Amino acid sequence: MKNPTVLASGFLGVNVEMLKRVAEEGAGAVTFKSIGPRVKSGHRNPTVLAYEWGVINAVGLPSSGYKDMEEELSKMKEVGAPVFVSIYGASIEEFCEVAEAVAKHKPAVIELNVSCPNTKAEGMIFGCSEKLASEVVAAVKDVSGKVPVMPKLTPQTLNIASVAKACEEAGADAIAAINTVGPGMLINIEARKPVLDYKRGGISGPAIRPIAVRCVYDIYEAVDLPILGIGGVTEGRDVIEMMQAGATAVGIGSGIYYRGIDIFSNVCDEMKVWMKENGCRNVKELVGVAHD
Amino acid sequence: MTDMPVSNIVKKVVEENKEVRTIFLEGNIPGAIPGQFVMVWLPEVDEKPLALSYMNGETAVTVQRKGKFSKEIFKLKKGDYFGVRGPYGNGFDVDVCKRPCIIAGGLGMAPLAPLAEKLAKKKPVVIMGAGSREKLIFMKRMEKAGGVKCATDDGSFGRKGFATDLLEEVIGRVDVVYGCGPEVMLKKAYEICRKNKVECQLSLERYMHCGFGVCGSCAIDGFRVCIDGPVFSSKQLSKMTEFGKFARLKYGKKVSLNEYYTWRE
Repeated sequence: MKNPTVLASGFLGVNVEMLKRVAEEGAGAVTFKSIGPRVKSGHRNPTVLAYEWGVINAVGLPSSGYKDMEEELSKMKEVGAPVFVSIYGASIEEFCEVAEAVAKHKPAVIELNVSCPNTKAEGMIFGCSEKLASEVVAAVKDVSGKVPVMPKLTPQTLNIASVAKACEEAGADAIAAINTVGPGMLINIEARKPVLDYKRGGISGPAIRPIAVRCVYDIYEAVDLPILGIGGVTEGRDVIEMMQAGATAVGIGSGIYYRGIDIFSNVCDEMKVWMKENGCRNVKELVGVAHD
Repeated sequence: MTDMPVSNIVKKVVEENKEVRTIFLEGNIPGAIPGQFVMVWLPEVDEKPLALSYMNGETAVTVQRKGKFSKEIFKLKKGDYFGVRGPYGNGFDVDVCKRPCIIAGGLGMAPLAPLAEKLAKKKPVVIMGAGSREKLIFMKRMEKAGGVKCATDDGSFGRKGFATDLLEEVIGRVDVVYGCGPEVMLKKAYEICRKNKVECQLSLERYMHCGFGVCGSCAIDGFRVCIDGPVFSSKQLSKMTEFGKFARLKYGKKVSLNEYYTWRE
């Protein structure tokens, strides 16, 4: 990776051309939006909205299924930056079915979405428990060959560090944290109805940054794996903060809403200025320095 | 910075023809320009992007009765609430033209009517195509703005044939072509412009979730229709491999335009 910024999963990663564009806008790596075992239409609009302090969404993991994504996945090398592929399933078998197909295309990382709060069967249910999360990781490791496996964790668990630890013991190669927080809800008081059609949705953006930083900090203390820190990053200072908490790389998603698609190069420029002013030569020096 | 549906009250409903209605809002959308759109929300039904057909002073969207969503919009009457957020998208760039031409297919006239009014001083050549006489909309409005040339598939009004046939005839005396309508027509208009080295700005349409550039559902290659568009320049259009050929369904599957339009119905 040419820099520590990563296009977080769920944002823009619908096709190779868009990922290529995000890489050109300066992202160090990019992530394909979560791919599932078969067609899933996702939720009805409104699905993505922004309130005063963040973004709330219940897109509901729309996917055409991995079989229909084969053509896109086969063009991954054209992106010009490492490509992560996020996958989901409603069972360990489904995770493995998708992972096996995706691994053949040799992405830089397979990200396991065990933390989506917006669906009934898929997602968060796996990331809430040490047992289930580690079972998914171990099963996917068996079918993914040499492709590194990185579960993306939810903050909605009693102890995210112990879930991360369980994943490490199951063979995870890295940990991503965090997925959206919630679910939350907003009501249009004139319509007297929740605004999201699915009623509940995951919260991202600046509102959740302190939670993300704390989770990354806790995970860093518990595991010896690289951490992809995600949650509310919109500025170079936020990337540095996340790295000081223990992240090796930092995801950016909702930040695109606040700063535009060129947020990646802008954030990197801001980091360079800070590093120069603070006598820091290499970003790697920053990882985990906030710990005792 | 927020992007939440704001409750608006229906000020009046105008029936343009049997299948097309214009819904005027009580509120205004400050700063909106022709070519921009709003996300219209009907609770428990859906939320969809609709072009602004009136702006600055009166604000309205114009809807054709097709699927479930538009059928619900047709039930709206004066005094009803509905949600609106926006404006979104880039809109048409009006500064670049001296001798503009406007080409609309069917409901594509919705964002182009306020453009024709804005460009009135430059005496735009306005071309409208539709299936038949009763499907032509905003006729009086366009007459007022300086006139309109029409083409209908069945010849019941104006020229029998396509709007692009009329474009071929005037292309030699215009410098920018603004267009909106079925993508097959837009692709043809783009080809005519390219052959004649005339700049064009065409408004495209894709399925949308967020409307503000983060989700990627409206991608055409590496372009986001909601924020990089919906109006694209000749140069941008020339880089698109999917323009006039493919579009994505709600769940992201890339399909032929025909299949996409069938799904939208």
